[in-house]
Amino acid sequence: MTFIHDTLVVFRREMRLSLRNPAWVIIALVQPVLYLVLFGPLLANLTAGTLGGAPASGGATGAAAAYRFFVPGLLIQLGLFGSTFVGFAIISDWRGGVIERFRVTPVSRLAVMSGRVLRDTLVLVVQAVILVLVGIGFGLRAPVSAVLISLGFIVFVAVGLASVSYATALTVKSEDAFAPMLNSVIVPLVLLSGIMLPLTLAPGWLQGVARVSPFRYIIDAMREAFAGHYANTIMLEGVLVAVGLAAVCLWLGSRVFVRENA
Amino acid sequence: MPIIEARGLARTFTSRKRTVHAVRGVDLTVEPGEIVGFLGPNGAGKTTTLRMLTTLLQPTAGTAIVAGADLRRDPLEVRRRIGYVPQAIGQTMGGTDPECLVSEELLDQAALYRIPKADAAARTELLIRQLDLGGLDKRLVKTLSGGQRRRLEIALGLVHEPPLVFLDEPTTGLDPQSRSNLWEHIRGLRADLGTTVFLTTHYLDEADALCDRVFIIDNGVTVASGTPDELKRQVSGDVVTLAVNGAADKARELLARQPIVGDVTVSDDGGLRLNVVNGAEALPSLLRVLDDAGITLHSINLSRPTLDDVFLTMTGRSLRDDSPSAAASGQPEPTAPQATPAGKE
Repeated sequence: MTFIHDTLVVFRREMRLSLRNPAWVIIALVQPVLYLVLFGPLLANLTAGTLGGAPASGGATGAAAAYRFFVPGLLIQLGLFGSTFVGFAIISDWRGGVIERFRVTPVSRLAVMSGRVLRDTLVLVVQAVILVLVGIGFGLRAPVSAVLISLGFIVFVAVGLASVSYATALTVKSEDAFAPMLNSVIVPLVLLSGIMLPLTLAPGWLQGVARVSPFRYIIDAMREAFAGHYANTIMLEGVLVAVGLAAVCLWLGSRVFVRENA
Repeated sequence: MPIIEARGLARTFTSRKRTVHAVRGVDLTVEPGEIVGFLGPNGAGKTTTLRMLTTLLQPTAGTAIVAGADLRRDPLEVRRRIGYVPQAIGQTMGGTDPECLVSEELLDQAALYRIPKADAAARTELLIRQLDLGGLDKRLVKTLSGGQRRRLEIALGLVHEPPLVFLDEPTTGLDPQSRSNLWEHIRGLRADLGTTVFLTTHYLDEADALCDRVFIIDNGVTVASGTPDELKRQVSGDVVTLAVNGAADKARELLARQPIVGDVTVSDDGGLRLNVVNGAEALPSLLRVLDDAGITLHSINLSRPTLDDVFLTMTGRSLRDDSPSAAASGQPEPTAPQATPAGKE
C-alpha cells in the first residue's frame, strides 16, 4: 500500500535525523528523572493510603507504593512535554521549504505527518522504558504486564499529542505563537492530571474541574495496572479515553495536513 | 501539444470578508523544450500562479493542462510528472534540511517518487555529477556553499527525470559567478534531456540571457508574452544617437524626413536622438542620407531597449525598484553618486 510505503519513507528520514543527535532523547529524560530523584522521596514519606488507588497487595513498603503512584504520572508528564514539543521541528521544516517540497511530490500528504508521528511514538516508548528502568533502580516494583500496559497507553498518548502538536504548529507557523500556546495548555493539564499528588487530596470543586483532563483517566488506569488491578471500570475508562484521544487528534492532524494550503 | 496550457487561471483569497483577487486570469502556452521566464513585480500574482501550476494551491477558476495531466481533476498525476524547485529566499526556503547528507536528500527524494532503490542510487550518482556536486555526497547540507546548496535543490527537482521543471527564482541570492554557472546548468537541462523549464525571476538580464520566451504578469493577468527581442521591439524600437560636425539643424531636417525614422529630438549635449524600428537595419541608410548631403559624422551609437524598458511600459513599474529581495540578495544596486556640496565650494 502506498500510504504505508510513504509513511515509512518519512519515518526513516525522521528517525535518521533523530539518531544523528541522540543526545536529545536523553536530555528530554533529565526532567522526569530529576522529579524521580528529588520529588519521589517526599512521596515515600506520605502515609500509605494517601496516594489513593487500592493498597498494594503483599504489604508494600512506603517507597514501593510511592513509585507505583509516581512513575505512571511521570510517564504521562514525559509525553506531555516531549510529544507536544515536536511541532517546533515542523515549523522549521516548513520555513526551510521541506514541507512544500514534499507536497509537490506524489507522496501522500498524510504520510508527511504519520511518518513523523511514528518516529515520535517510538522515541517516547524508548524514553518511557528508560524511565521505568530508572524507577526500578529507585525501588519501583511492578508486574511486567503493568509496564507493558503502561507502554500501550504511552503509544496512544504519543500518537495523539504529536498529531495535535504538528497540526497546531503547521497552522500557526510561528515559534513565537506556538510556545505560549503550549505553555497555556500543558501547565493546566499537568496540574489537573494528578501527576505529583493524588487528586483525592483536592477539594470537591478541583476534583470536578480535573475531570476535563483526559490524562487524569489514563494515569488512574496506569496506576491500577501498577497495583495489579487489570479489569475494572477505571481501566476501561482509561482505555476508552486513550483510544478516543488518539483518534480525535489524528483526525484533527490529518485535516490540517491534507488541507490544500498547509 | 503544449506542455503547459493554462486558460483563465484565477485565484481569489477571502480573509475577514474581504476578497483579494491574487490572480485574475492567466493564459499560458508553453511548448515542450522551451525555457520560459515568468516576470512580474512583487504582488503581481507570480508566486500564486506558480503555486497553482505546481498543485500547491487550487485555482478558483480556469483550466490548465500541465505535462499532459489536468491540473484540477488529476493533481496527483501532475505531481508525478513535474519537478519543482522552490525559491531559496523568502518566507520559506529551498527545501533542503541542513542536518541531512547530500546523498540522503537525493535518495529520500527518489523514495518520495517511489523510484526503486537501485535506480535511485544510479540517478543520484548521475545528478551529483551533472550538477557539479562531486565529492559532496557525504557532506551535511548545512556545510554547503550557497551555490552548491542551490544546485542540490535543483537536483532534487530532477530526481524523477520530469519532462517539465518549475524553478522559482533559481538564482536569487547567488553571487554573479554562481549565477552564470547555474545558467549553464539550466541550458544543459534542455540541451541534454529536452527538459522544459518554467522559471520565475527578478533579474531581467537573466530572462534575457536564458529564456526563449517570457510572460509578463501584472495585477493578476498576463499582459505580454513573446521572445525577449519581440517584446523589446513592441515597446519603443531602437534609439540611434548621433552627433554631426556642424549643420545639426540640416541633419535633423533630413533625417526626420526618412520614413524609417520616428521621433527626432535634440539631446542635451546637442546630439540627435532618433527612434527607429530596427536600428541595425536603419543605420546604413541613415549614414547614406547624411553622406549624400555632405554632413560628416562625429559619433554614432545604437541602443536597444532592455527588458526593463518593456517592463516599465507594460506595467508602469520598474521590476528592480519594487523588488526588495533583489536588494536583500546581494545584487549590487547602482548607488547614486554622493552629493558633496561642501567639498565643491
